[in-house]
Amino acid sequence: MTGEPEPSSAGAQQALALYVHWPFCLSKCPYCDFNSHVRESVDQARWRGALLRELDHFAALLPRATVNSIFFGGGTPSLMPPETAAAVIDGAAARWTLATDAEITLEANPTSTEAARLEDFRTAGVNRVSLGVQALDDDALKFLGRGHDVAEARQAVALAQRIMPRSSFDLIYARPGQTVGAWRDELSEALSFADNHLSLYQLTIEKGTPFWRQARDGAFALPDDDTGRALYDLTQEIMEAAGFAAYEVSNHGRGGDACRHNLAYWRYDDYVGIGPGAHGRIAPAGEGRQATRQHAAPESWLAAVERAGHGTAETRSLDPDEQAREMLMMGLRLAEGVSEARLKGRTGCEPDRVLDRDGLTRLVEAGYLERRDGRLRATAAGRPLLNSLLIELLV
Amino acid sequence: MTDLARIRNVAIIAHIDHGKSTLADRLIERCGGLQKREMTSQVLDSMELERERGITIKAQTVRLAYRGSDGSDHVVNLVDTPGHVDFSYEVSRSLAACEGSLLVVDATQGVEAQTLANAYQAVDHDHEIVPVLNKMDLASAEPDRVKQQIEDVIGIDASGALEVSAKTGQGIETVLDALIARLPPPAGDADAPLTALLVDSWYDPYLGVVILVRVVHGRLTPRTKIRMMASGAEHEVERVGVFTPKKTLVDSLGPGEIGFITAAIKDVADCEVGDTITAVRRPAAEALPGFRPSVPVVFCGLFPVDSNDYERLRESLAKLRLNDSSFHYDAESSPALGFGFRCGFLGLLHLEIVQERLEREFGLDLVATAPSVVYRVTLTDGQELSLHNPADMPDPSRIRRIDEPWIHATILVPDEHLGGVLALCEEKRGEQLDLTYAGNRAMVIYRLPLNEVVFDFYDRLKSVSRGYASFDYRLEDYLESDLVKLAIMINGEPVDALALIAHRSQAERRGRALCVRLKELIPRQLFKIAIQAAIGGKIIARETVSPLRKDVLAKCYGGDVTRKRKLLEKQKKGKKRMRQIGNVEIPQEAFLAALKMGES
Ligand SMILES: Nc1nc2c(ncn2[C@@H]2O[C@H](COP(=O)(O)OP(=O)(O)O)[C@@H](O)[C@H]2O)c(=O)[nH]1
Ligand SMILES: C[S@@+](CC[C@H](N)C(=O)[O-])C[C@H]1O[C@@H](n2cnc3c(N)ncnc32)[C@H](O)[C@@H]1O
Ligand code: SF4
Ligand SMILES: [Mg+2]
Repeated sequence: MTGEPEPSSAGAQQALALYVHWPFCLSKCPYCDFNSHVRESVDQARWRGALLRELDHFAALLPRATVNSIFFGGGTPSLMPPETAAAVIDGAAARWTLATDAEITLEANPTSTEAARLEDFRTAGVNRVSLGVQALDDDALKFLGRGHDVAEARQAVALAQRIMPRSSFDLIYARPGQTVGAWRDELSEALSFADNHLSLYQLTIEKGTPFWRQARDGAFALPDDDTGRALYDLTQEIMEAAGFAAYEVSNHGRGGDACRHNLAYWRYDDYVGIGPGAHGRIAPAGEGRQATRQHAAPESWLAAVERAGHGTAETRSLDPDEQAREMLMMGLRLAEGVSEARLKGRTGCEPDRVLDRDGLTRLVEAGYLERRDGRLRATAAGRPLLNSLLIELLV
Repeated sequence: MTDLARIRNVAIIAHIDHGKSTLADRLIERCGGLQKREMTSQVLDSMELERERGITIKAQTVRLAYRGSDGSDHVVNLVDTPGHVDFSYEVSRSLAACEGSLLVVDATQGVEAQTLANAYQAVDHDHEIVPVLNKMDLASAEPDRVKQQIEDVIGIDASGALEVSAKTGQGIETVLDALIARLPPPAGDADAPLTALLVDSWYDPYLGVVILVRVVHGRLTPRTKIRMMASGAEHEVERVGVFTPKKTLVDSLGPGEIGFITAAIKDVADCEVGDTITAVRRPAAEALPGFRPSVPVVFCGLFPVDSNDYERLRESLAKLRLNDSSFHYDAESSPALGFGFRCGFLGLLHLEIVQERLEREFGLDLVATAPSVVYRVTLTDGQELSLHNPADMPDPSRIRRIDEPWIHATILVPDEHLGGVLALCEEKRGEQLDLTYAGNRAMVIYRLPLNEVVFDFYDRLKSVSRGYASFDYRLEDYLESDLVKLAIMINGEPVDALALIAHRSQAERRGRALCVRLKELIPRQLFKIAIQAAIGGKIIARETVSPLRKDVLAKCYGGDVTRKRKLLEKQKKGKKRMRQIGNVEIPQEAFLAALKMGES
């Protein structure tokens, strides 16, 4: 894993991560509540122009920055023309300093058409790809409404591994009816062809999705909490044995591999978010840290950018306490936890100001939380309960 | 002042929903008391809640001018009575203000428990009773069967029963004519010292307390200095008037008349229902019979969900009490629920009404503890106390005896549901006094401990009879009983707000059921939760809520930290609505469980 940056001093080059949201998909998966939309056609030139204009906008706010990572997320950014990715990457390099070892990730759906373009994305500058494999069972893929089968996904993974320096893929587990035994087999199979990184998410039913309605109407039921926990525990066990200990609740890397861009979120580094619905945490000179949010609907975003030069729907200043709470919320997802000195340095808030003293004591006594060597971290027992922990812990 | 011979005072009595208020509307309309466009339906039910629930809470009255078919002019004072057993004393005062009653019976339903209870009260007041069979517009009306039933069950002559429809107005004239012809005019001496019955009182923000009176002797005029004979309060009358139903001022009220007075009174507690009003200058020698200070029968704790609302709750209770001196409250603090009030009510419906008004009119979120009756405890040193909060129960070693209140209950139920009703009464420690039939309806009389009735009797009765049973009761007496305190402990800490007083024969079963219910209602948390029930230090039931196993967002929403923060804030808010006992959060519903628990 890459080292944790030290608090940066004012006036120096700011460290920045750049998120680029591509909101289009070929079809909408029934479990998904990401900002993704299906459109007959997309005016690629306009979209490319708009993304670059937003880059201009943020570059004006943050003139002196080094970009350490770029992440094309979605939606399905592998549907975007590779030239657009190239334009954004080059654009970032032109406006800011792009670190020579910058991690540039593309989320991709593992279909044959998209796999065929990986070479062009590599040429554009992408050096890491994260594939939405989701399951290694054709029935499960159908249930999840995916447009690929297992064979296609495995070919895509193999191709990605040949073309890209680094790659990862996602699986969704704790699916309806999935047994501990079945998941053990599926995960072992995944490990047999994985590169050095895997994201393993338990299926979440999100309000407003078709799955939510179906679950509500009893069409299917998720595994209960005890089974969910057993599946989680099994996942940790298998992954640790394979050298892929979790560095975050759902993310596993081998030999220190980790998604550097996502680490920026979890460590509460500054990041710029462009494209529809993208979020940012930035600290323009002379101002405190701000939360930015872009218009979510693709057409509104596009219109706003073309009109005003940016699609920012909201910019909100975050006071030190809020920042500290956010930093804890994110940082406790990581195995490494949160450095208290860094918390103080980045947010200006004394950790104890936002920690409930009784709650903290109880959680430490129960073995859910550790506070030592200047760090606060959730233990292996505490991490699967992180929500409840945070409710107890934060004032 | 009106000539006595031209006055008729009549109370309308009925089982709930038999059409009392609708009939009153028709009578008012017929007498031109209101223009058609002014008629809201159920004119006399003035509170929003009364209208919505269809229950008259305050006695309401209207003075009507009626020219009979023979051309004679009369004044009819119509008194609508509260229609529920909790308010039977208030009903009795309304009846005392009248010489006769209209007994409204739904011709499709027949006699129900409150028909009976109200009719008996009217008989006790020597009323001329005019049975009115209502809802004759419905095809299912069975006037002959119902008349027979009135004769068989109530034992009054029903040959002159009127057949009407309060909905269509059919037969309304016959009601008025029958009133004039059959009811005796009131008697009274205008020159005798002032003697007036305080029928009801309520608070009006502009006028202060408005008192509904029935003058028996003497006259009430503005500037009369009056004294309430029981409370001793003295005031000077400001306004004298009648309801037409609009408030209309008059010069005076004389014998036989019903109307209102105001006297710049700030506190309804000065004006107790049933008190006798007399003049300070020439007081009556004797008060009217039948006054009884109102005593709360059922108590519960009311606590604000948000402890910041305590002051607001206090102010709201004070405002409600301005209008209703029959409910009582005292500050109380509970380790589990914080600061709140111990409140006393005339019965369960009264409790519900007050709670609902607090929530609705005053926007308060409340936790109510299980209702309790008033026990009489005699200590070994001879001292006596009344106990209505399980938390205050003295140590058993200091108790010589405990007495609990019993009621005399009347239940009417269709034959096919009788078995269930009998089983329920037996389970509730009832003693059957009588069982008779009228057609296919059974009438059972039981003696029951009130404690069992406030627990879950209404809900259970409704379910065993599919809603077809009607129920009425009166308080009877106190009897010694083997009562114990059932304590509930969460992780070893007693939770006062969940404690109950129960008969020893019921306590174990109730304790077990309560533990099971609590287990269902308390969500899994970070730590293991032990729920125990104990009687006198001995654990009789135990349930465990195992700790939470999984509660984390699997997915990473990119940089959308806001979304996560909002989610957490929402959950934190939810947590705020729970009560903290040690490190356990107990949802509000858990406190209600003790109250609403079916024992299946
Ligand atoms: N069909 C019919 N319905 C009636 C009649 N009188 C009252 N109702 C209805 O019966 C219900 C109860 O009437 P209400 O006057 O509120 O009864 P209360 O509880 O005795 O005051 C209402 O829905 C009325 O509309 C009637 O003569 N015919
Ligand atoms: C931005 S999303 C989708 C990226 C890409 N469009 C795809 O579908 O492969 C990233 C990942 O979140 C996971 N995910 C999305 N919705 C989920 C849900 N409801 N429950 C669990 N995981 C989910 C999937 O594993 C998905 O690959
Ligand atoms: S392809 Fe990915 S982003 Fe698009 S709907 Fe499916 S899960 Fe969501
Ligand atoms: Mg009514």
